[in-house]
Amino acid sequence: MNNSDISLSNENKSKSTFKFILSELKPKGKFFTTFNIISIPVILLGIVLIVIRFINGIGAVTNLTQEVPWGLWIGFDVVTGVAFAGGAYVLTFMVYILNMQKYHSIVRVTVLNGFLAYVFYAGALLLDLGRPWNVVNPIIGNSFGTSSVLFLVAWHFLLYMIAQLIEFSPAIAEWLGAKRARKILSGMTIAAVIFGITLSTLHQSGLGALYLMAKDKIHPLWYSEFIPILFFVSSIFAGLSMVIFEGSISHKVFFKQISEKNHWAQKGIILGLAKICAGAMFAYFFLQLLVFIHGKRWDLLDTPMGYWFLMEMLGFVLLPMLLFVFGYKKNSIFTVKFAAILTMLGIILNRLNVTVIGFRWDAAVSYVPSWMEIVVTFTVIFTEIWIFRWVINRMPVLKDSPEWVKEEK
Amino acid sequence: MGINRRDFLKTAGVAGITLLALDSFGIEKSKNSDVEFYGILYDSTRCAGCQTCETLCAEKNGLPAPVGELKAGNIRKTDENHRTVLNCYKTSKGELFIKTQCMHCNEPACAAACLTQAMCKTKEGPVTWNGDKCMGCRYCMVSCPFDVPKFEYHSANPKIQKCTMCYEKIIKGGIPVCAENCPAEAIKFGTRRELIAEARKRIAEGKDTYIDEIYGEHTAGGTGFMYLSSVPFNELGLNTKLQNESYPELSKGFLFSVPSVFVLLPPLLLGIYEATKKNKNIKNEENE
Ligand code: SF4
Ligand code: SF4
Repeated sequence: MNNSDISLSNENKSKSTFKFILSELKPKGKFFTTFNIISIPVILLGIVLIVIRFINGIGAVTNLTQEVPWGLWIGFDVVTGVAFAGGAYVLTFMVYILNMQKYHSIVRVTVLNGFLAYVFYAGALLLDLGRPWNVVNPIIGNSFGTSSVLFLVAWHFLLYMIAQLIEFSPAIAEWLGAKRARKILSGMTIAAVIFGITLSTLHQSGLGALYLMAKDKIHPLWYSEFIPILFFVSSIFAGLSMVIFEGSISHKVFFKQISEKNHWAQKGIILGLAKICAGAMFAYFFLQLLVFIHGKRWDLLDTPMGYWFLMEMLGFVLLPMLLFVFGYKKNSIFTVKFAAILTMLGIILNRLNVTVIGFRWDAAVSYVPSWMEIVVTFTVIFTEIWIFRWVINRMPVLKDSPEWVKEEK
Repeated sequence: MGINRRDFLKTAGVAGITLLALDSFGIEKSKNSDVEFYGILYDSTRCAGCQTCETLCAEKNGLPAPVGELKAGNIRKTDENHRTVLNCYKTSKGELFIKTQCMHCNEPACAAACLTQAMCKTKEGPVTWNGDKCMGCRYCMVSCPFDVPKFEYHSANPKIQKCTMCYEKIIKGGIPVCAENCPAEAIKFGTRRELIAEARKRIAEGKDTYIDEIYGEHTAGGTGFMYLSSVPFNELGLNTKLQNESYPELSKGFLFSVPSVFVLLPPLLLGIYEATKKNKNIKNEENE
């Protein structure tokens, strides 16, 4: 489907737009792919579990306890998912603010990814709310808990989603062939980007700040008053590693859509990102070290939790950082991708250590997520990928914008 | 060019982090000491372990009767069906009882955590929960240092359960059922100021009986529910490792830095944007 074919005359525009969207709703391409065969049953099962959760309460599907009220759905879906979605604000910062044009070709796909991640992972929060019908209370009405970090995070999620939608909207306009709208929307990009980066800085760190009051509940190796800063700095390389990882997958899956020129640029982009990741990770490692020394935590190291901490820091921060440097120096895309995967595992480990594993690590009955929580988590991830694929196949995200966009410039 | 960018990155990063750091120093301490909060003084030397408070609390709040045997070695916990429980501990002075329930903190972590103001410190002192506002996020449970709020996991319309110090009775001039009916007079209701004076008096008059400390006078920034005991409080299962500053203080630094980030970061970004745009134009001209 070539978007430049679509030229809509004004009078029947709305009608044909509607028809056009209807026709676009149909699936494209082969149906029986490995991904579909795995994801469809999981999603169906997940939907059943979600229904059960709303009929019988959260306890029917989760293993949450009175001591550990936030489990996998918050610790992984929300806290980790949002860290991975951090690529969007870092890239928009690089491309729009620092004007690093080299990365322009991947900015749209990253913003799309970020936007969907927020919609779905922050959306997973709704599943975890016991009284979701009151979810609008902090947004409208007179129930503003302004002293709450969660209040701040909730607002930022909402505003950031809008900012990201604006950043992405030119692609939607190009898909629909809406020329005037595109012009207006792309004029709003810079404002949305600046607003979006500010919001991201605050809520990436805010997710860490959520746990500040849980001082006595989190293992001291993972608790410090600097959690917000650590969360913020690590979201930079978490997001970029995700961009590298996701980029190399879409590069294969959506090969046909990417123009010759951008194929060639890919390598340079990956190496460039590797360099930035390494820098951010160095800063992060250094900060962790400072926190560790400042907190005089030597005696905690020689415990099982201490070894676990060392593994996270050395195996999943220091090692991938060195690999990034090595990959960059040696021009090895493979090393960089491997480092990106290690980094991502490290982020999962770190976020879970703060939110689940190290949270009430000393409790008599420790929390282990139920298989149902895991299935629902996968349901969320798979549904997001479905939507992602749907959009990529239709809108000019990876492929170049239609001709009329260039003509207009 | 490359160096420029890196410099920008650095400046931006440093500026951001210093801002956060600077702000966390400027925390003003808000003290509630001039407000007359109601509270409860529990004297573990008087408690006989009759469980009257447990039974009446359950009755009054329409909850199931107490479960589990009250004996040393069998630690019972408050849960979504039991807002208060007694426990028995073998201590250095023999078997002693202790009551647990919400501490009604002066500056409650739960209320600071709540994003809908469903958890709220009333001006009378009790910390209450409002079901019309609560969205069931359970952040109050994450934040409460005493692990007090409990959640009805097995309900489609779950509530947060915790002691409310019988708020409805207090505003009508009554007193909480536990304090009203304790046959041993171990539970005393009053304003916090009166209770602390009373506690001091008991300690002074019974130097051999009491340890010279009131649990809750300073713990977690001061609590409405306070304890007297004849043995160190950790022997009675109370957490003595909690900090004396209030818990909301822990996230204040972060919250206070938010407005400054909002004021300073966007202009900074805009400035960098303009600068790099100019650079690009110059480069383009050179190329032509
Ligand atoms: S003990 Fe917990 S629930 Fe009770 S007022 Fe204090 S913070 Fe809130
Ligand atoms: S569960 Fe309810 S009372 Fe507790 S923090 Fe969330 S909204 Fe507030």
